[in-house]
Amino acid sequence: MMEPELTLPINSNRDHLLGPQKAPVTLLEYGDYECPYCKQANLIVAKTIQQFGNKMRFAFRNFPLTQIHPHAQHAAEAAECAGAQNKFWEMHDILYENQEALEDVNLLEYAEVLKLDMPRFQDNFYNHTFALRVREDFLSGIRSGVNGTPTFYINGMRYNDSWDQEALTKTLRDIINKNV
Amino acid sequence: MSTQTGQQKQTSNVLQPGTSAPNFTLRTAPDQSVSLDQFRGNPVIILFYPADFSPVCGDEVSLYNEILPEFQRFNAEVIGISVDGVWCHLAFSKHKKLRFPLLSDFEPKGNVAQKYGVYRKNDGVTERALFLVDKDGIIRYSYVSPIGVNPGADGILKALESLS
Repeated sequence: MMEPELTLPINSNRDHLLGPQKAPVTLLEYGDYECPYCKQANLIVAKTIQQFGNKMRFAFRNFPLTQIHPHAQHAAEAAECAGAQNKFWEMHDILYENQEALEDVNLLEYAEVLKLDMPRFQDNFYNHTFALRVREDFLSGIRSGVNGTPTFYINGMRYNDSWDQEALTKTLRDIINKNV
Repeated sequence: MSTQTGQQKQTSNVLQPGTSAPNFTLRTAPDQSVSLDQFRGNPVIILFYPADFSPVCGDEVSLYNEILPEFQRFNAEVIGISVDGVWCHLAFSKHKKLRFPLLSDFEPKGNVAQKYGVYRKNDGVTERALFLVDKDGIIRYSYVSPIGVNPGADGILKALESLS
């Protein structure tokens, strides 16, 4: 059995990306805004990005486990609604920082904090404009062997080792050094 | 490499595709049992896992619970099996809001897992293993995951697709 590969390649037209396209390493996370492990991972990823700067690119896709996390789907959609107004990453961080408060009313508050165009945000949010997009992320994850949250892919291959700061940093550094 | 670990395990006595799936009857609640052959006519996904309440969220059973609608598109049933007792299963199932049954391979302990070649005698628990049994009771896919790595659902979905 081969190591699971990413079946939906990273695509700048659809994916939320941080970092240069030509970075030697792309780290992709499938995550859930209500998952406490993803919250931890978000801090680790942020430090990792700081550390490697333009040597790495980061992408995030939604993998809401709605049966155990009743707010995860709407939170994911709210991030996408913010993304439609070029504030995906700002909303992404707010959602993880406020993981205990992810009711719809909270999500709208965060949109206001980010000074989003509220009529547009509400229209997108209440009409579930991005529900299918979230579903597409989720299904691509299943097909790619996502086995829980968070699941990481490094340059398109599932990363099975620990994602603690030390292990993740070492893995990325080894790949970057090979490419330089 | 985890890939090698997976392959090594596959070459042991794990039941392989083409084998008839041994029937079993296990309890899923204090007053309720489930048999494999009662699902005859539909594909069955058997998910062996080491223990209820493993300390991760988004773990294997949660993942399969979430993906259940994808399996149902193929009319496939999902059953989970571990050596935990029925009361433990009930609590775990409620905790995870599971929509498929958990079966208790409790007495004699690990008996069914042994028949499928996925019992870890030294640890007293089952491997993380997946089997796909077709509508006629034949194993069409088997996979033992490396220790500590949850299997995703990509392999089992591909196997389901190839049935039809």
